[in-house]
Amino acid sequence: MAENVLPEHNYLKEPKGLKSWLLTVDHKRIGILYLIGISVAFLLGGVFALLIRLELLSPGATIMTADTYNKLFTLHGTVMIFLFIIPSIPAALGNFVLPLMIGAKDVAFPRLNLLSWYIYVIGTCIALTSIVLGGVDTGWTFYTPYSTQTTTQVISMTFGAFVLGFSSIFTGLNFIVTVHKLRAPGMTWFKMPLMVWALYATAIIQVLATPILGITLVLLILERLFAIGIFDPAMGGDPVLYQHFFWFYSHPAVYIMILPGMGIISELISTFSRKTIFGYRPIAFSSVAIALIGFLVWGHHMFVSGQSEVAAMVFSALTFFVAIPSAIKVFNWLTTLYKGQISFETPMLYALWFLCTFTIGGLTGLFLGTLSVDVHLHDTYFVVAHFHYVMVGGTVMALFGGLHYWWPKMFGRMYNETWGRISAVIIFVGFNLTFFPQFIMGSQGMPRRYFDYVPEYHSMHMASTVGSWVMAVGVIIMLHYLLSSLRKGEIAGNNPWGALSLEWTTTSPPSPHNFDEQPVITHGPHDYDKVIVERTIPPR
Amino acid sequence: MSDSTTHAAHLQHHFADAEQQRESAKLGMWVFLLTEILLFGGLFCAYTIYRAWYPDMFLNAHKALDVTMGGINTVVLITSSVTMALAIRYMQQDRRKQTIAMLSTTLVLAGVFLVIKYFEYMHKIHLGQLPGKYYTFTGIEGSNPHIFFSVYFLMTGLHGFHVIGGMGAIAWLLAKTRKGQFSSAYYTPIEMVGLYWHLVDMIWIFLFPLLYLIG
Amino acid sequence: MSARPAEHTTHITPLRVYLGIGATLLFLTGLTVWVSTIPLGEWNVIVALAIATVKASLVAFFFMHLYYDNKLYFLVFTAGILFLALFIGFTMVDTMRRDDLDPEVGKPIRDQAAMYDSLAAQPAMHGEHEGEPAAGQTDSSATPDSAAMHADSTAVPASGH
Repeated sequence: MAENVLPEHNYLKEPKGLKSWLLTVDHKRIGILYLIGISVAFLLGGVFALLIRLELLSPGATIMTADTYNKLFTLHGTVMIFLFIIPSIPAALGNFVLPLMIGAKDVAFPRLNLLSWYIYVIGTCIALTSIVLGGVDTGWTFYTPYSTQTTTQVISMTFGAFVLGFSSIFTGLNFIVTVHKLRAPGMTWFKMPLMVWALYATAIIQVLATPILGITLVLLILERLFAIGIFDPAMGGDPVLYQHFFWFYSHPAVYIMILPGMGIISELISTFSRKTIFGYRPIAFSSVAIALIGFLVWGHHMFVSGQSEVAAMVFSALTFFVAIPSAIKVFNWLTTLYKGQISFETPMLYALWFLCTFTIGGLTGLFLGTLSVDVHLHDTYFVVAHFHYVMVGGTVMALFGGLHYWWPKMFGRMYNETWGRISAVIIFVGFNLTFFPQFIMGSQGMPRRYFDYVPEYHSMHMASTVGSWVMAVGVIIMLHYLLSSLRKGEIAGNNPWGALSLEWTTTSPPSPHNFDEQPVITHGPHDYDKVIVERTIPPR
Repeated sequence: MSDSTTHAAHLQHHFADAEQQRESAKLGMWVFLLTEILLFGGLFCAYTIYRAWYPDMFLNAHKALDVTMGGINTVVLITSSVTMALAIRYMQQDRRKQTIAMLSTTLVLAGVFLVIKYFEYMHKIHLGQLPGKYYTFTGIEGSNPHIFFSVYFLMTGLHGFHVIGGMGAIAWLLAKTRKGQFSSAYYTPIEMVGLYWHLVDMIWIFLFPLLYLIG
Repeated sequence: MSARPAEHTTHITPLRVYLGIGATLLFLTGLTVWVSTIPLGEWNVIVALAIATVKASLVAFFFMHLYYDNKLYFLVFTAGILFLALFIGFTMVDTMRRDDLDPEVGKPIRDQAAMYDSLAAQPAMHGEHEGEPAAGQTDSSATPDSAAMHADSTAVPASGH
């Protein structure tokens, strides 16, 4: 049962001192460092979002000029995407749990791991410099030719994103080698937790796609500096070619965002229904399938950009294909829930929210992938609602669920479960209130990235803005009880949830080298029907 | 046979044994090379698209490139790949002096490559055959010849940048080899830099015909 | 896993293999230069790329050891090439087929960038350009629609799929 002190020999305390943290090669510490980074980024991006919604509370200028508005939605996008969501689950949670889950002492290249964090910090600083110097107003997509002509700080922002790309590549590289080479004896591929499969598939995308972003941003910077003429129509270049380059990365990037979240959901659904996951192999293979097929659909962002019709048809068809593996996962999760012993603890609440909101987001993606429908919906709020349903309703819900799930492992203490549930409900309500009206507005024609709107959309915008406030309240509550749990939380013990993957066999928090003895694999990671493990914290 | 001091000193604590460490390093380097292939690939894509759109201009513009210099550079890089491979081979046999000789030769050949590139670039700068808005040469028929030179400078420039990086890595290897930090039991860094260097050679093997030998 | 002696897993390629592959690469370089001087039309590109592929394969298989190593590394390498091919291929399906429904869309509105207008106005400054005609011969005329310049753009649909 739970002890009343934290284990003496834990990674948070050993070695001591700030310098030992800044020069750490311990994957757990690096995960925490990333967690701090992405949390700050999330709050910054969130502030931008609240300002956007505040401006849109009423038509016309409410609190800012149109130029400022353009900068705000651009900065909201770039900060949330490059500084927060792409590193979030892999680098913060993944770094922490991946080696533990496969019974390894660390990732394959610990020093590269630390380097990737420093690159993240440097990239973030460069991006922040761009913001301080006045920001960018091109939209996070930096479409040419506007991005090559605008006088805003495009170069520093794109250079920041370029640097951040390396952080992502190194994380992905590290994870691929770790999963291939550092699994404990007996940990075959099909005994790995589904979180590891998800991180592995994500890592494949990170290494294949991010270099193209790198070259795209370099070309954009050179286009701005030297007018090389690749993307500028006045110089004989093709702006749609820029979009091909950009979306070849940025579409797989959305799978970088969602796949790790799906990995978390597999863990949560299985653990909190105390049931073997239904369809382990389909879920595992579908992660890889999403990663690979996800590279073939980027043109669906360009249906109305001047792309050839035949290419548009090909991309549309492939977009329908990529939905299939995601659907397979949702069906398997639902089947896992069926007749399970479900406990509605905070991580599970987030998993259940995910099932609702991700499904809506995913289905609306299919509407957008339908060529003729997209002609009407492109660049409307329907698109905005779609991607927020998958990125926030998907990834962020999964992130919050995973954060609560592994919080006791990372810090040895439980958060306040009551507040956890309250906050989860507030966030769910706030999220839907913010973004569901946007589906309606978008289908009625409200364009995105618009500073002003006709009075017909006023009530929808108001609802959306109020929703953003509700969400903010939920997040603030969450921050508060999580941070206060670090001092006052109940001691968790090794396995507060009674889960079966390897990270729960070691202490909470783990010792610096993870396991005292090499773990022996005797069962699958989700085999709740074969193995019963006691929870160190009783269900609430 | 295995030198247990170099072996143990370089075994990092999170690996079970030297073989796991070596295999991990190799896989890691191949994944990194994968990212390099994709990075250059973007430029190959730009080349392909613009060549398909302006085939005659590409044909005319490429004549501004000196096939002889390009050819010599190809020979230089291929030879440097041979010497790099031999450097590894000698270290596999614990022949440190020959390893140093081969690494030094590779470094020199890389330098020769850059010198030849320098002369090529200077010639173009002199003629005004520059990328984008800096293009002022008037002797090439066809639409938008500056695009060819944008592509040329981008591809050879990025490649040259990687040659410089490779030279730095080889110089680092030389320093460590001189200090006796490698042996037949542990020469993984030389092998990894070798893989990188061969990729640099491979990229040039494609750049040369695509830019210089359009036909 | 227990430690094994280094030689157990290391294959030392014979010297003659390295030198032989090196010589082959140099030979193929000469070959590709020679073939490029023979006018074969479209086939020039194909032959050049084929020779380059053979050269690259030799470097990959023997210098980079893929022939002797675990197939995983070969898979990694091939994956890169494959995805690159997908990127270029799909992009070309767009760029080469823009004019399927509307030929106007298949080529740029201006055939020549605006900067060439001012270039043509300058006197010829550069003498040596390997037998190319003098400055006045360039196509950077003020009228973008001159027939001579359609040579490039009309070639576009023809070379499409």
